[in-house]
Amino acid sequence: MNNRANRLGILVGAILLLTACGGTNTPASTVKAADAKSAADVGGMDKLIAAAKAEGKLNVIALPPDWCNYGEAISTFTSKYGIAVNSENPNGSSQQEVDAINQNAGTSTAPDVVDVGLKVAVSNTAVFAPYKVATWGDLPDSLKEATGLWYSDYGGFMAIGYDSSKVPGGTISAVSDLLGAGFRSKVALAGDPTQSNQALNGVIMASVANGGSLDDVSKGVDFFHQLKVAGNFVPVIGTAATVKAGQTPVLLQWDYNSLTHVKDVSTWKVFVPPNATLFGSYAQAISKTAPHPAAARLWQEFIYSDAGQNIYLKGACRPVRQTAMKTAGTIDQAALAALPAVTGTPLYPSQEQQVAAGTYVSAHWSAAIG
Amino acid sequence: MPFFAYVSLFLLLPTVLIAAGSFAAKDGSLTISNFTSINQPFLVKSFVNGAVVSLVSALAGGFAGALLAYAVVTGNPRGLLRRAVTSASGVLAQFGGVTLAFAFLATLSTTGFVTILLQQHGINIFPNGKVWLYELSGLTLLYVYFQIPLMVLVFLPALDGIRPQWREATESLGGTSWHYWRYVAGPLLAPSFLGCTLLLFANAFSAYATAQALISQGSLIVPLAISNLLTSETGRAQPGLAKALAVSMILIVTIVTVLYAVLQQRSGRWLR
Repeated sequence: MNNRANRLGILVGAILLLTACGGTNTPASTVKAADAKSAADVGGMDKLIAAAKAEGKLNVIALPPDWCNYGEAISTFTSKYGIAVNSENPNGSSQQEVDAINQNAGTSTAPDVVDVGLKVAVSNTAVFAPYKVATWGDLPDSLKEATGLWYSDYGGFMAIGYDSSKVPGGTISAVSDLLGAGFRSKVALAGDPTQSNQALNGVIMASVANGGSLDDVSKGVDFFHQLKVAGNFVPVIGTAATVKAGQTPVLLQWDYNSLTHVKDVSTWKVFVPPNATLFGSYAQAISKTAPHPAAARLWQEFIYSDAGQNIYLKGACRPVRQTAMKTAGTIDQAALAALPAVTGTPLYPSQEQQVAAGTYVSAHWSAAIG
Repeated sequence: MPFFAYVSLFLLLPTVLIAAGSFAAKDGSLTISNFTSINQPFLVKSFVNGAVVSLVSALAGGFAGALLAYAVVTGNPRGLLRRAVTSASGVLAQFGGVTLAFAFLATLSTTGFVTILLQQHGINIFPNGKVWLYELSGLTLLYVYFQIPLMVLVFLPALDGIRPQWREATESLGGTSWHYWRYVAGPLLAPSFLGCTLLLFANAFSAYATAQALISQGSLIVPLAISNLLTSETGRAQPGLAKALAVSMILIVTIVTVLYAVLQQRSGRWLR
């Protein structure tokens, strides 16, 4: 519950800041959608909707339909505005999204908007266009770039998902449980931590739970080395398919991704370790070279509207406006109650900590599990 | 000439680019540090692992394939057995990569149907819960699956070169079956057998897709290590080191292939 208090504090700060800068809006002269930094720049939401409808299309990339309920988000957007959404490479990684912006720039199939890990967002601001959604003030300052080049959309906690019918005792109550003999060939990561943000956070979580900290990921690498030596680490990248096939009965993943396995494996449980409650966030950004600039901006307005944020929540992702919507009473209470229980104090790694952890893991990972 | 252009475009050019890249540092300057940094325990181990998998699967595939090929040759040259085995080998020798890995996962992984079938009969193929399928032993088993048919294909011509008259000659001179194999067929086939086994070794050593589909995490064998060094979401790829590894692999495979060619030439003097 500390989480709520923290968020509220940040929110109050953000609102004060916003009121302070309230008078500096650009005059009403309208600009092209591609240069618009807010809906007001094109003459208001109605004008933006009209311009987006005229474009008629939106290219999104790397949005798996069951990741944060993106399937519903896309279909709702299409039915609401009559804009066809072209979803490319749904299982791509954050880096591949940025690569697609660079490689396909100037073509009609280049991505308009991206949903990337914070680290990738921070290091690729050169290919993004600044934009502030109508609900910009609700977003905590630490989770957005001041000019609107990127802004967090949702997040979740790093969790241990497991098939309770396949683990000793049917339950996991600590990260250290995974070293037990009953976990032989069972524990997997959802990616290569030298490449994937989700997997890297799995290692960071293991580190925090084993005496490391957000600044010291070495304990996490050691932990996976011990798992490897004990024969408990499965050298297979966990996906919905491997969970369904029983190849990866214990999988470190974001809680919202882990929860999606329940529909395939009814005995699937999600555990967020109280001593390593690691929060991770993703970010939205608009491509500078978006072929459909108005639709891209309308997509952002949609994602950050109450409706859009509640769609995330239905997919068990904690939307960035959660605190504000709770205060305003516009949040989907049923979906909120369905989130996994989190008892520990949430940890929010900073950009520097993420980058430092990534550098350490890249240098030591292969030797640890090679 | 068009063939040479084709080969140079798709074979020589990439090799030259990789070789050049292996001597380049990140800033483009000339260096040999890529080669010296191969000397890290996990990279050395990936070479050893690759060699072990290739050697074991080549020997197992070589012996099994040779026996199968011999069985085929002693049969009717236009018979059903021969036609069935050669065409099946032609298909199965190319049956690798994702499809092969999937086939084994569907039958032999923890929830594979053979695993479960055996479990129902009280046989646990993964004692103590240790899933060896994702380890060297599992990879070797998969490789043998395409090594045997390849051996049949490459060894059949050599066996066909053995003339029945030689056996008759041995027998008419009073030799036994042992004498025939020890002094006639054995020495004739040995270079070809060795050569074919070397070919299988090179085939396994350079295989990538099967291993990648089976073992998606870590750098168990060299091709996986190369792939991991080339891709990074966080901008820490080491293309120079990856290319140095590739050059080392090219060297090993070249040596093996040259040996194969030499041995084939030797056996070619008698068997044609």
